[in-house]
Amino acid sequence: MSEPVTMMAAPMRLDYVFTPGVAQSKNLHGLERGVFIGQRCPKCKKVYTLSRGSCPVDGVPTDEIVELPNTGTVTTYCVVNVPFAGQAIEIPYICGQILLDGANLSFMGLIQEIPADEIRMGLRVEAVWVAPEDLGPTMASVKYFRPTGEPDADFESYKEYL
Amino acid sequence: MSGFPDLTSGNRPVGVVSFAQHDNVRREGAHNEVEMLMPVVAEVFGNIGITKDNVGFICSGSTDYLVGGPFSFVAALDAVGVWPPRAESHVEMDGAWALYEAWVLLQEGEIDAALVYSFGRSSPGNLSEILALQLDPYYMAPLWPDPTSLAALQAQAMIDAGLATEADFAAVAARARRSALGNPKAQVAYDRSPEDLLTEEYEVAPLRRHALPPLTDGCAAIVLAAGDRAYEWCERPAFITGIDHRTEAHAIGARDLTHSPSTKLAGEKAGVARSGVDVAELHAPFAHQELILVDALGLGPDVDLSPSGGALAANPMMSAGLIRIGEAARVIWSGRADRTVAHATSGPCLQQNLVCVLEGV
Repeated sequence: MSEPVTMMAAPMRLDYVFTPGVAQSKNLHGLERGVFIGQRCPKCKKVYTLSRGSCPVDGVPTDEIVELPNTGTVTTYCVVNVPFAGQAIEIPYICGQILLDGANLSFMGLIQEIPADEIRMGLRVEAVWVAPEDLGPTMASVKYFRPTGEPDADFESYKEYL
Repeated sequence: MSGFPDLTSGNRPVGVVSFAQHDNVRREGAHNEVEMLMPVVAEVFGNIGITKDNVGFICSGSTDYLVGGPFSFVAALDAVGVWPPRAESHVEMDGAWALYEAWVLLQEGEIDAALVYSFGRSSPGNLSEILALQLDPYYMAPLWPDPTSLAALQAQAMIDAGLATEADFAAVAARARRSALGNPKAQVAYDRSPEDLLTEEYEVAPLRRHALPPLTDGCAAIVLAAGDRAYEWCERPAFITGIDHRTEAHAIGARDLTHSPSTKLAGEKAGVARSGVDVAELHAPFAHQELILVDALGLGPDVDLSPSGGALAANPMMSAGLIRIGEAARVIWSGRADRTVAHATSGPCLQQNLVCVLEGV
């Protein structure tokens, strides 16, 4: 009698065509030009970075486009010390939540050119973009953020975004 | 205000008071899910002059497998705007089941109104492969059986049992697509004779193209309101007098595919036969399935079947069932019908079924 089957492999893979939509297309075309795009809610006036097209507070379209500067503030961060499969960046490295100047929503970005033990809330940073010929409709157009050398931002200025 | 109908299910009258749906299209390539939902949510509120602040609960139906992204149902809430924080839930099912959850909460009496919405696209991925993954992961899913082939097995079983012929399937499809000519949201509508349809090649024998649902991107929304609130927002609410859902075995081989005992039981529990039925909106994605549902629900020849065209006219994943409830409510609002039945299905070959009886006063 043959051995009972105790395990089986059933490989599965699904492929998708992603639809960014109107709003995210504007963001992606901004990244292609090396510019961060914000979208302002007509009701609460908040400016969302990487918006999917609606204000999550008011549920209305964020139609107004705002070009945002290259600079922002680290609101919080995480130092990655754990190696994992497929890791592309040498550890330790820093992931920060970055609030661009004039925006009301932070997003996650890689922070470089600062020792991991010197990262702090309130650090002022700027985006470093890839070479102009390498820019594309992707967040990979931003190589990383680095300190600007300005004095740290006052906690009061970003405490709403933690 | 004109009173409330007798209830078979629950003890608090809950009415469908507003309904909106997106255009049903083969591929909505310009907008993401949130952008598709926003105008539909705005319309379902705008129809009755309310805002998100007037509903105490939000429940949605969708599945991340269609989008290929995790937590897409959380992101979709951005279409409503949920600040201040509010009670919200989600089912990985057609929106008809989200409506059921909202109906249960409304029975408890703490809230008077709820928003139900659902969204889904057939276009981002390979729908045949995605739907194969709802089958059992050991014996069925590794074979990647597509939904049309499974439905064809069901149709062939009906023919073998002497319950129907290919001409019967064509007659269902011809009537549904002709009805769909009057539905501005229909994706597939035409006036062709059953004889003409029978000249088509088989897609998967014994099913020809006409017996198959279209691939549809879409979304839909409904507002439920209880008691007097229903009359505040709607002149003639479509009250849910009976609602029930039942499921059958996961293993397709363990089922008699030629009948739908789950629909029959749900129909009995929902009180379909307690009085006459003017209109039945049936969620039968494949033409032969309508014959199974008509039999399971005991619908006579005088019942107007799926005047919207049903799922053969447009089959937006996760929404086609909720849309049946919306369509069955609309004919009560207009006074065209007094008592209607809406049906929603999920899973392969009518595996799981929901039956909802609606009545106007």
